[in-house]
Amino acid sequence: MTTADLLGKILQVVMGLAVFAAIVGLLVFFIDRAPKKGRDYWQLVGFLAPAIILLAIGLIWPAIRTTGLAFLDNSGNFSWDNFIWMFTQPAAIRTLINTVVWVLLVPTLATALGLAYAVFIDKSRGERYYKALVFMPMAISFVGAGIIWRFVYEYRAGEREQIGLLNAIVTGLGGEPVQWLQTDPLNTFLLIVVMIWIQTGFAMVVLSAAIKGIPAEQIEAAQLDGTNPWQRFTNVTIPGIRGSLVVVLTTISIATLKVFDIVRTMTAGNFNTSVVANEMYTQAFRASEVGRGSALAVILFLLVLPIVIYNVNVLRKQREIR
Amino acid sequence: MRFGKAGRVVTAVAALGVSALALSACTGDIAANEDVDCTEYEEYGTFDGAEVTIGGTILDLEADRLVESWSDFAQCTGINIEYQGSSEFEAQIAVLAEGGNAPDIGIVPQPGLLARLAEGGWLIPASAEVEANVDEWWSEDWKQYGTYDGTFYAAPLMASIKGYVWYSPTQFEENGWEIPQTLDELTALTEEIAATGEKPWCVGLESGDATGWPATDWIEDWVLRLHGPEVYDQWVTHEIPFNDPRIVEAFDAVGAYLKNEDYVNGGIGDVSTLVTEAFQTAGLPILDGECSLHHQASFYETFWNAEGGDEVVVASDGDVFGFLTPPATAGDPLSVTGGGEFPVAFRDAEEVETVRAFLSSDTWANNRVSLGGVISANTGVDPENASSELLVQSIEILQDPETTFRFDGSDLMPGAVGADSFWRGVVAWVTGQSTQETVDAIESSWPAS
Repeated sequence: MTTADLLGKILQVVMGLAVFAAIVGLLVFFIDRAPKKGRDYWQLVGFLAPAIILLAIGLIWPAIRTTGLAFLDNSGNFSWDNFIWMFTQPAAIRTLINTVVWVLLVPTLATALGLAYAVFIDKSRGERYYKALVFMPMAISFVGAGIIWRFVYEYRAGEREQIGLLNAIVTGLGGEPVQWLQTDPLNTFLLIVVMIWIQTGFAMVVLSAAIKGIPAEQIEAAQLDGTNPWQRFTNVTIPGIRGSLVVVLTTISIATLKVFDIVRTMTAGNFNTSVVANEMYTQAFRASEVGRGSALAVILFLLVLPIVIYNVNVLRKQREIR
Repeated sequence: MRFGKAGRVVTAVAALGVSALALSACTGDIAANEDVDCTEYEEYGTFDGAEVTIGGTILDLEADRLVESWSDFAQCTGINIEYQGSSEFEAQIAVLAEGGNAPDIGIVPQPGLLARLAEGGWLIPASAEVEANVDEWWSEDWKQYGTYDGTFYAAPLMASIKGYVWYSPTQFEENGWEIPQTLDELTALTEEIAATGEKPWCVGLESGDATGWPATDWIEDWVLRLHGPEVYDQWVTHEIPFNDPRIVEAFDAVGAYLKNEDYVNGGIGDVSTLVTEAFQTAGLPILDGECSLHHQASFYETFWNAEGGDEVVVASDGDVFGFLTPPATAGDPLSVTGGGEFPVAFRDAEEVETVRAFLSSDTWANNRVSLGGVISANTGVDPENASSELLVQSIEILQDPETTFRFDGSDLMPGAVGADSFWRGVVAWVTGQSTQETVDAIESSWPAS
């Protein structure tokens, strides 16, 4: 690419942005001048339309198309084969089971650990540093975390020097090295540990903020009533942070359903560790079975949907209370 | 910092100017080199400001050599060739093609992928020049791999021969071992080595998300040798099912090595370490005398000196060398499996076809082979240009009209099998699953159409 080409391209981008700004400006101008009668309506349409159009192009249409593709075989004919494959092939069933295990374990454990940690360090000296310590993994990408933990679980046979932390400890104590990531079903749980490691920090930060939002009077009142710390925790703290708990649980659940990077970097779905999102990618792009990949995407969508609806409902109820 | 209205504009312009300067410094217009002899490239004509983008899975040193192989051509014809390598290329190319963002030329390493792209209607058939080159320089088999549904799409680029058994010539000489001439002799040799208490084979199947593929090479070699090219072809095209008894026989013959605690995994561990050992390092115990045999393609030559340099001599009288997996019975014609790449075109333009014509010529093949590390099945290649004794031998095998050549089977099968269930199947199989269970599972994953 020559300098002239490059300047041309930059000019194009600038022109494009200018045109966009002009269109938006015109739109706002005309909305402002809309007839008095029904002006609210015009404004509503004018401001919502761009977002709705983008949503339609970027989300709704792809969702419809993916659903359509899920019912096509490789030569483009309608068939149920992709769904039949998903619920009859041992490998595909295993993928679904693994995903269920992930979704049961990660949100509950990450939230419980985050909550416990937040409560224990609350108002302690050096709280900020304790928080930073647990929050740090959030700053690492899933791929990075996967690579780090793959080293932790690394296996070298027999007499060779162990480069994996876990096996170094095991052999240091006189044990035999273990093939952590190749041993089914242990490997799925070891991958889940990585996700919990990442998500605990998120749960901790949100819940810690929520705990601090509980009015001090309530705690004091409970104290005066002669409650012990556990009773204060279950009867005052938990109800006080219910909304935040729901948000944390649902957010982590959705993130867990979508988990892809960790599995792909650590085992690539081998040794019975695959999950829906990883399998979706493998089928659609590596195996060129777009229909099977789409079918898995549809299942993933159906699994996420109830969680999102529940989340929205709880948030709306809270707003009504306020 | 606060700027007035005019100030803001000035800053924006200044920022734009600075970034433009910085970017132009990086792109830099290519300086003309006067030393190139252009006579060889005159037939391709000259182009003014034409640009051709090429994408592929070839990376690092191999990519540098690839770019070097056409640099003279690019300079003489005035076609600016941009190469972009990515390890995710195979997975992404169909998506890019569908979105209209594919590079002008994609170097696809699998005939199966070529067929899929052709089926999608994204490929430009090869021009008459390319086809003429292929008819002149390649065997009919090779041309067939670049053809889909009667249309010829791409000439082969480079090649590799699979099924070499790497060994240490010194170790063989000290122990008086002979290079086996039949599969039975290979078994006998394995038993003989095992009798000394050493585990004869070292094997590594770990390869990231492609874990398992080295074992599929074993199976393909045994299917071809035990049952011949016809059965092999029927197997990869699904005319016979994947769980056909003959395929089961090949699996069991390979299993006799891979699943035998006494035969693997020399210098590494027990059978379970097959799936944890990276294929790149699996053969290295041969250098320490901890194992004696390692089944891997001709490209394994580069891995002997993993740190670069040439401390490990790859030669028939050196530290390591390879012999081809022998035929089933003595005197059978040589049957080999192998791989190769195909530069397919996504843009219909004269400069693209000119580049493709050049890539299919014997000039390019000799250029590239001379730079080292690879071979080509182009019959115009002078074997002496190859960088090592083994590669010279490989080129001669490929050029020998008596050789039965078959493309790597998993690359010919549909992706759902060849790049997924076959790989995963052999991983489960070496870690304990029975042969029948394995082939049944792979058969059931074969796509319907």
